[in-house]
Formats: sequence, C-alpha cells, structure tokens
Amino acid sequence: MKYESQSVAMLYFIAAIGLFVGQILFGVILGLQYVMGDFLFPEIPFNVARMVHTNLLIVWLLFGFMGAAYYLVPEESERELFSPMLAKIMFWIFLAAGALTILGYLLVPYATLAEITMNDLLPTMGREFLEQPTITKIGIVIVALAFVFNIGMTILTGRKTVISLVLLTGLVGLAVFFLFSFYVPDNLVLDKYFWWFVVHLWVEGVWELIMASLLAYVLIKVTGVDREVIEKWLYIIIAMALISGILGTGHHFFWIGTPGYWLWIGSIFSALEPIPFFMMTLFAFNVVNKRRRDHPNKAATLWALGTAVMAFLGAGVWGFLHTLAPVNFYTHGTQITAAHGHMAFYGAYVMVVLTIISYSMPIMRGQKAGNATAQIVEMWSFWLMTVSMVFITLFLTGAGILQVYLQRYSDTPMGFMATQEKLELFYWMREGAGVIFLIGLILYVTSFFVKGKEVVLLEDRVEAGA
Amino acid sequence: MRETFTKGMARNIYYGGSVFFLLVLLGLPVDTVQGLPKTDNSENLTEEVAAGKRLWEINDCIGCHTLLGEGAYFAPELGNVYTRFGESTEAIKAFIKSRPVDGIAGRRSMPQFNFSDQELEEIAQFLKYADGIKISKDWPPNIQG
Ligand code: HEM
Ligand code: HEM
Ligand SMILES: [Fe+2]
Repeated sequence: MKYESQSVAMLYFIAAIGLFVGQILFGVILGLQYVMGDFLFPEIPFNVARMVHTNLLIVWLLFGFMGAAYYLVPEESERELFSPMLAKIMFWIFLAAGALTILGYLLVPYATLAEITMNDLLPTMGREFLEQPTITKIGIVIVALAFVFNIGMTILTGRKTVISLVLLTGLVGLAVFFLFSFYVPDNLVLDKYFWWFVVHLWVEGVWELIMASLLAYVLIKVTGVDREVIEKWLYIIIAMALISGILGTGHHFFWIGTPGYWLWIGSIFSALEPIPFFMMTLFAFNVVNKRRRDHPNKAATLWALGTAVMAFLGAGVWGFLHTLAPVNFYTHGTQITAAHGHMAFYGAYVMVVLTIISYSMPIMRGQKAGNATAQIVEMWSFWLMTVSMVFITLFLTGAGILQVYLQRYSDTPMGFMATQEKLELFYWMREGAGVIFLIGLILYVTSFFVKGKEVVLLEDRVEAGA
Repeated sequence: MRETFTKGMARNIYYGGSVFFLLVLLGLPVDTVQGLPKTDNSENLTEEVAAGKRLWEINDCIGCHTLLGEGAYFAPELGNVYTRFGESTEAIKAFIKSRPVDGIAGRRSMPQFNFSDQELEEIAQFLKYADGIKISKDWPPNIQG
C-alpha cells in the first residue's frame, strides 16, 4: 500500500462481505419459499425476504464500489485521500442507514414502515429494488454526494489517469441516475418509464464504466502491461457500453404502454449490448497473456478473468437471449428474466467487487498476496460460487422455458399457479445449487483467516537477493 | 489492436458516442411523454386510482407479483387481472379480502392486508386502470398473463 489513507477501503470491504452473506441467506430462504409456499409465512412473507435479498445486494455492491474507489484513487492520483475522516464518517452513516432499513423491513409490516417514515410527504416506496423508505434514499444521496466529493477532490488535485476519470464518471452517473428514484408519478406508464432510468442506466450504463475501470486497474497491477494499451481498451469498451446501452433502455419499453417505435429502437440497440462485455473478455485474456510479470496473487487474476467471462455469459449471452421484442413478448417477466438477472449481477458486479477485494485485501493487511493455503481456499470458493451460479441460471432457464410454453405459448395455456407447480423440480434443483453457493461463500469468508506459507515468486527472490 | 487505431481515436469515439446518445436520450422521452396520452389510459386516472396506486406501493405488492411484466415472479401477473376476473372489480375485491391470515398450508399464500372497503375499491380501480393501458402487440400473449 503506497498511501496510508487507502486503508479506509478495508472497512467498506468488510461490510460488503458481511452483507453479501446476509443476501445469500435470504436467497436460500426465497428459494425454499418457491417450493414450500408457507415457509416462514406470515412472519417473513416472500416480498419481505425478496426486498432484503435484493436491497442487501445493491447496498453491498455500493459498499464494494466505494471501497474500491477509496483504495484505487489515492494510488492513481499519487496523493492521500482528500479526507479519510469524511470517508469513515460516511461509512458509519451508510452502514447504520442500511442496517436500520433492513431491520425495518423485517420487524414491521411494510405499510407500517411507510407510515413511520412518513412516506406520504414524498412517496417513493414500493417499487422494485427501490423499496427503501424516502429518508433512507435521502441518506443514500447524502452519502453518495460526500463520497463523490471526496473522490473527486482527490482526483482533481492529483494525477489524473484515464482509469480514475472513467471511474469518477461512472460514480457521478450512479449518483445522478439515482435521483430518478424520487420521481414516482401517479401515471403508471410514466412511473415505469423513468424507473428504468435508475435500474437499466445503472447496470447497463454507468456501472459498466465502474466495472471496466476496476478491471483495468487490477489487470495493470497483476500483469504489469503498459498503461497505454490498457487505456485504449478501456475507452473503446466504455464507448461501446454507452453507445449500445443508453438507447438499449428501450428493451424495457416494449409492453408498458409506450409508443411502438421502442420495439425497434430497444431491440436493435440492446442487441449491441453484448459487444462491450465481449470486448472485456478479449481484453482480460489478452492482457493476461501479454503479462510482463507474474504476480503472487493468483486468486486475484482468477477473479479478474472470471469476471470477464461470467459477465459476458450473464449479461451478454443471457441478456441477448430475451432482448429482441418478438422473443421478449413471450419471456417478459418469467423465470428467464430471473435467470438472466442472477448470472448478470453475479458475473459482472459481484465478481468485479470480489476481484478488487481479492487484489487489495492482502496488501492492506501487509502482504503482497494471501498465503498459499488462503489462496487455494479462495480459489475453491471461486469455483464453488461460480459453478453453482451457472447451475442456478441453467435451472431457472429450464423453468422459464417450460413456463413460457405452458402458460403463454401452448394452444391451451395453463394458469400461473398451475404452471408453477409443474416447475417444482427445477426450483428444487435451483435451491440445491443455492446451498452450494452458500457453502462456497462460507469458504470465501474462511479464506481470510486461513494461515499458511507466504507465496514468494522466483523473480521476487532474485530481487531480494540482489 | 494495431497502432493505426490510437488511444486518441478510442477516446474520441467514447466522448462523441456518449454525448450523442445522451442527447438522444434526453430528446426521446420528450417525444414519448408527449405521445403517451394516446396509450396510457390517463383519462381514467382518477383520484381513486392514484390512491389505489399508493396502496399498491406501500404494501409492496410488486414484491410478489408482476405488473405489466415487471416485478417479482412468485405470483400472477396483475396487469390483466381485471380481464381475467371477468371485468369485475367486485371479484378482485372479494379475492383480496378473503385471504386467510395464516395462509394456506403448504402453498404460496397472499397475506391478509385488512384493507377497509374503501381501500379495496381503490386498489381494484387501480388494477382496472392498469388493465386499460394500451400496449403494443397486446401483451400479455393470453389471458393467463
Ligand atoms: C451486468 C449487466 C446486467 C445486469 C446486472 C442485468 C440485470 C437485469 C435484471 C435484474 C433484470 C430484471 C429486472 C426486473 O426485475 O424487472 C434484467 C432484465 C432484462 N435484461 Fe438485463 N442485465 C444486464 C445486462 C443486460 C444486457 C447486456 C442485456 C441485453 C443484451 C439485457 C437484457 C435484459 C432484458 C431484455 C430484460 C427484461 C426481461 C423481461 O422482459 O422480463 N440485460 N436485467
Ligand atoms: C443462494 C443463492 C440464491 C438463491 C436461492 C436466490 C433466490 C432468489 C429468488 C427466489 C428470487 C426472487 C425471484 C422472484 O421474484 O420470483 C431472487 C431474486 C433476485 N436475486 Fe437471488 N438468489 C440467490 C443468489 C443471488 C445472488 C448471488 C445474486 C446476485 C448476484 C442474486 C440476485 C438477485 C436479483 C437481482 C434478484 C431480482 C431478480 C429479478 O428481478 O429478475 N441472487 N433470488
Ligand atoms: Fe436493461
């Protein structure tokens, strides 16, 4: 670690991992409720568990992005963080707001939570992924502003690199598009239309900038490849991300009462969206193949390559699968959507955060890389989580295809609930894969505590001897 | 990549491309929003419907159901429930009202929300309004949603 203040990232990463565990526990609960409908009913109804699962996901990814920025930006800018104190204060505010919100979901009925938090003054609750009480949303905005200010000042008064500027652009975009979460018109069509300005323009827009810059940073570090080469890739990847992704928003405007031209715009531009993800895969493998040195942190390199591949599969392939209007007509809002949502979120954003954690945690703990045993455990957890996520996706895709056929395509369409019963086997298998995922995650957490021999590479030994 | 394609070119594509499409993104909503009154059923967007929408939100109905295909996939699509229930708001109200407090053993159950009669009416009116939104190609494919 070159700069003292980078270490605030550690707090953020620990919180991120803790909340990740919570997310997956609730994922397993949800999976069980799919097959045992009355599990935990009425204490924790499905919608509450789902809210906890998805909001924990978003909050821990945000913790991860912030931690990543606090770690990376001082080093890129060649100066200490503008204000480490502000970063610490914001950490505790964000953690407290997040924890209180989750407790609120679990301890009182949602309508009561709306009442306590005076949702009537500025109603923003009750929309998917944006279920947080208005006051929490305001808290998120404050934390985001303080964070962007802190990072922005560090970058602007220090060395400006392409990586840090792209990251900053992504983070500013994240904050700006979140503001649409405060706009909840009575008109359902308008409501849905602008809801996607948060959700889509996040995951298929500005978050891709964050992802690409984090990946580029870690790749420079572990391969020693020339910055010029990496930066060229970075520009062209994010160019393609925005060129395809911005109008790609249209793939959500097929069936919500918006004009018919969106069928064309949405289909065409979103069909291009896999390109930046494919380029990220080419980029990662290219750079690793051209590496100028071997880094002792093998686990971080594995995560980086894994991110590139899984993001392409989840977002690129599974996204493309249902993005053309004639296909989406049948698959819209089915288990196909859930399959894609899982692999895309995991492959792109979960994995990129785990990549930067994998790279930076050992350094913050005073080593260049985790010890040999710890790395082996971490790599096992990589494979367990990744392979089980592939299976979760495959089982949900199977369920989705059957669902589309039985409920929407066949000549004698069945009702929703009757169809769901036919899918039970797939849901059980998904739950099994989910349990393996949880085991992988537990192993991941353990990897931070495993003791073992330090990894020393030949070249380092030579250097030390010289 | 060959050297004929320089970093400067890549950067210009990024700036040019993203600014252009951001402008388009700012422009298209204007057109979409202006065109909406033809499809969005806003002529039936009454106070009662708006109140129903608020109830829909503060009870997080979207956490189990889809509405026009968006939401959770645990319970049936409700964007066409008015049609599915024989164009009867009474049937919708009766269904919501009759959910057992402790659920139905072994099955996915909908909570009992203890709505007042007025609230029930508001929700039913909201769902009727949602069903009236005109969608390209008449989604969902059939009445089952
Ligand atoms: C990492 C990037 C991505 C993430 C995290 C992601 C995540 C998601 C999630 C969670 C949903 C469900 C939203 C809801 O609940 O209604 C969704 C929907 C969708 N995504 Fe993605 N996505 C990504 C990239 C893509 C790409 C690149 C494409 C197209 C090539 C795509 C195509 C779609 C489509 C068509 C839907 C709508 C599904 C429906 O009609 O039900 N996604 N995405
Ligand atoms: C143990 C593994 C997991 C299980 C069993 C599980 C289960 C579920 C279930 C049942 C739902 C609700 C689907 C519905 O609305 O009907 C859900 C939603 C969701 N989960 Fe998971 N999950 C798991 C892991 C994950 C992971 C690792 C991620 C992120 C990388 C994730 C992200 C999401 C997202 C984004 C949604 C909303 C999906 C959508 O709207 O399409 N889950 N999950
Ligand atoms: Fe999208």
